[in-house]
Amino acid sequence: MSIISLGREGERHLVMGNEAIARGALEAGVSVAAGYPGTPSSEIIETLAKVSTDQNLYVEWSVNEKVAMEVAAAASFAGLRSLCVMKQNGVNVGSDFLLHLALTGVRGGMVLVHCDDPGALSSANEGESRHFARMLELPLLEPGDFQEAKDMLKAAFELSEAIHNVVMVRSVTRLSHASGIVVFGELQPIEKKAFFKHSGFMLDPLEGPMASLPVPYRHEQQQKKLKQVTARFEESPFNFYNGPQAPELLLITSSACHLYSKEAIRLLGVGDRVGLLKLGTTWPLPPRLVEKYLGITDKILIVEEVIPFLEENVKILAAELASKIGPKAFFGKREGNIPTTNEMNPDLVAAAVSKILEVDYAAVPEAYAKRSQEVVVSGAPGRDMTFCAGCPHRASFWSIHNALKMDGREGFVCGDIGCYSLAVLPTGFSTLKTLHAMGSGVGLASGFGKLGQFGMNQPVLATVGDSTFFHAVLPALVNAIHHQSDITIVVLDNGGTAMTGFQPHPGLPVDAGGDEVPALDVAKICEAMGATVRISDPFDIGKTQQTIFELFEIKGLKVLVLKQMCALSPEKKAQKMFDVSVDKNICLGQSCGCNQLCTRIFKCPGLNWDKDNRVSRIDEVICVGCGVCTSICPSGAIQKKEVA
Amino acid sequence: MKNVSLPFDPYNIIITGVGGQGNVMASRVVGNMLSRKNLNITIGETFGASQRGGSVMSHLRISAESCWSPQIPKGKCHLVISLEPTEAIRVLMNYGNPNVKVLCNTRPVHAIGVISGEQRYPSLEEVKSWIAELSEDCWFLAATERALELGNPILGNIMMIGAAAGIGALPLDRDSFEAAISEALSGDKLALNLKAYDLGVGMVKGI
Repeated sequence: MSIISLGREGERHLVMGNEAIARGALEAGVSVAAGYPGTPSSEIIETLAKVSTDQNLYVEWSVNEKVAMEVAAAASFAGLRSLCVMKQNGVNVGSDFLLHLALTGVRGGMVLVHCDDPGALSSANEGESRHFARMLELPLLEPGDFQEAKDMLKAAFELSEAIHNVVMVRSVTRLSHASGIVVFGELQPIEKKAFFKHSGFMLDPLEGPMASLPVPYRHEQQQKKLKQVTARFEESPFNFYNGPQAPELLLITSSACHLYSKEAIRLLGVGDRVGLLKLGTTWPLPPRLVEKYLGITDKILIVEEVIPFLEENVKILAAELASKIGPKAFFGKREGNIPTTNEMNPDLVAAAVSKILEVDYAAVPEAYAKRSQEVVVSGAPGRDMTFCAGCPHRASFWSIHNALKMDGREGFVCGDIGCYSLAVLPTGFSTLKTLHAMGSGVGLASGFGKLGQFGMNQPVLATVGDSTFFHAVLPALVNAIHHQSDITIVVLDNGGTAMTGFQPHPGLPVDAGGDEVPALDVAKICEAMGATVRISDPFDIGKTQQTIFELFEIKGLKVLVLKQMCALSPEKKAQKMFDVSVDKNICLGQSCGCNQLCTRIFKCPGLNWDKDNRVSRIDEVICVGCGVCTSICPSGAIQKKEVA
Repeated sequence: MKNVSLPFDPYNIIITGVGGQGNVMASRVVGNMLSRKNLNITIGETFGASQRGGSVMSHLRISAESCWSPQIPKGKCHLVISLEPTEAIRVLMNYGNPNVKVLCNTRPVHAIGVISGEQRYPSLEEVKSWIAELSEDCWFLAATERALELGNPILGNIMMIGAAAGIGALPLDRDSFEAAISEALSGDKLALNLKAYDLGVGMVKGI
């Protein structure tokens, strides 16, 4: 049980933005929730899965985001309220369906929560999903704090049912993965009965079939809905203004930037000179509201992250309103006051405002800033990203890397999204040479594997995670097998969607709610497709390297499944396999011909270089006892003892 | 509930360390303790792939007024709780000021650049002198070592929370710690955590 379902109306709780979103969906009476894990969005589905039994919900981790949208839409077509959740990349994956769904509309309220990651704190891109709202012509809400993260969900469901279309709610890492105080509302028991009405007239949006044809008619209907939305947004409580009646400068902002802007105004002490218009309904913008606030000043700074979405939309309105409101000076991304990449923070807003208003601001005394910087340069070694101690990926890439080096034909590995993306870095021995979207490694390998006719003879591999295999690899694999592409796919099966917190996937015998479900076997699927399949334990380095060599000799499509649990899995955390230690009398240190292989090349964080004794040693706090380093030490100085 | 007074509003704490040290959990416990005092708490943190072995920070904003930015403005931290020595100075560079207080666990976690010999990890004496120079008050605790004696290094984080209560800058007390931690733990585990908390309080009061 969780506070998210136990918490009563009027109580205040410290919750994550994602938990607030989940609570909002519960208060709105959601029945079905589906998503695919992705930071920073994962805790929304996780939270709902935990309460699915006591709240009578159906919650699933879908195979990918497009299917998640389809599952959620089915519930909506049957009259239930449904939620669909994903990170920014997921909207790209699902957008094909979403474009059609926007035309057919929905029945029960359907809300799409998409969480962007400005600054790519946990992503391989900082792509924007707000643009989809404009492209798909769907309403977009953006919570500006934790309370709104909850309250907006309820409003979004009501809006969705009022216009019979999907409503998008966009969060960002700094809200989803931050926590704040939220006052809970009421959880209302609602009667849930699913039935899909499809026998009505072809064009009847509530009782006819759900199809996007005829397109011009449906499109016109959709745009009429958007007009209703605009009218509603004029009155929305999620848009508000704080500041003087006629400010020198007006800040227009949304999302986490609302909090940064509020903080910057306070830091600079310019509350009597600067106004703050915080918008929660950012597409379509309510023109009368924007007109009112553009009218109270001549200087406007638009504060948002990454791409100038809000800025462009405000400027379009300003151009249309020019004859009424007169010329305005706009500041923001196009003017260069606000960066167009990376995430925002209070200091970046303060810098922009202080420049425009010509106010001096220094965060700390210059001498302190200078000295602390000197100290960090000389005393705080940088921390490169690394696989965790005991991570099976380190062992897997060690074997792949060594096999490729010994092969000597400059073979390479195509990668995709997961913890194993880190193999582009030294922690994975810089083995990955391409890194793009989910499943893209196999698609690229499929293409590379057909270049033999142009003289290419480099071995081509692709690494994929077990969850990724189901998400986006399957079509690329079908393509590669069908076209007889000569490649080796390595499935790094660590028993869950590890990167995002170990969510289950179709290869596991358990679902989001913990119920038993049939597990799909990766090796058997590949065999049935016609691939040559081998299975190995990556911790057995000798056998794994040997297997890779053997596969290089076989023509066609090969699959190697490397099975070993993630070091952070509950099973692994509960039980250490080995006590590992370095025998100081055997380790030859710098006199060994290995050239400090364990700490200089393998560099698991559980290993340390003992400067005083000039030998390797194990850090007992960090080592998790996988024992892999014992098999890389040429002199046998690293030893393991099974934990009783 | 009567209103508690804060030395600054918002009062800004950064809990820092290395990915995997239990930073997020520590910030949640401190946040829950203070939210029981009817204060507004905002916690900003980063976690996910980018934190594998990297520096991590939780930003806690404590206010009687309202919700603040989940990122503390540069130079505006009041208290740094560092689970790892060199991470304390990294935080001071961005968020420190001459009046900041620092609680520092003395157990290093070596970055892979240090493990491979490409970078040098400073001596504890050096780190102590730098932190002393860059702060108004500082305390150094061998929390991990004491925690290993109790059987689990993660208890070092609880000692650091005890120490934060012990320095008396904030309305943190044993009752709210017990209440916050009881939501997740009971029995022997609860008793062990309370012991670690008391040890942490003692470590700063004994100095």
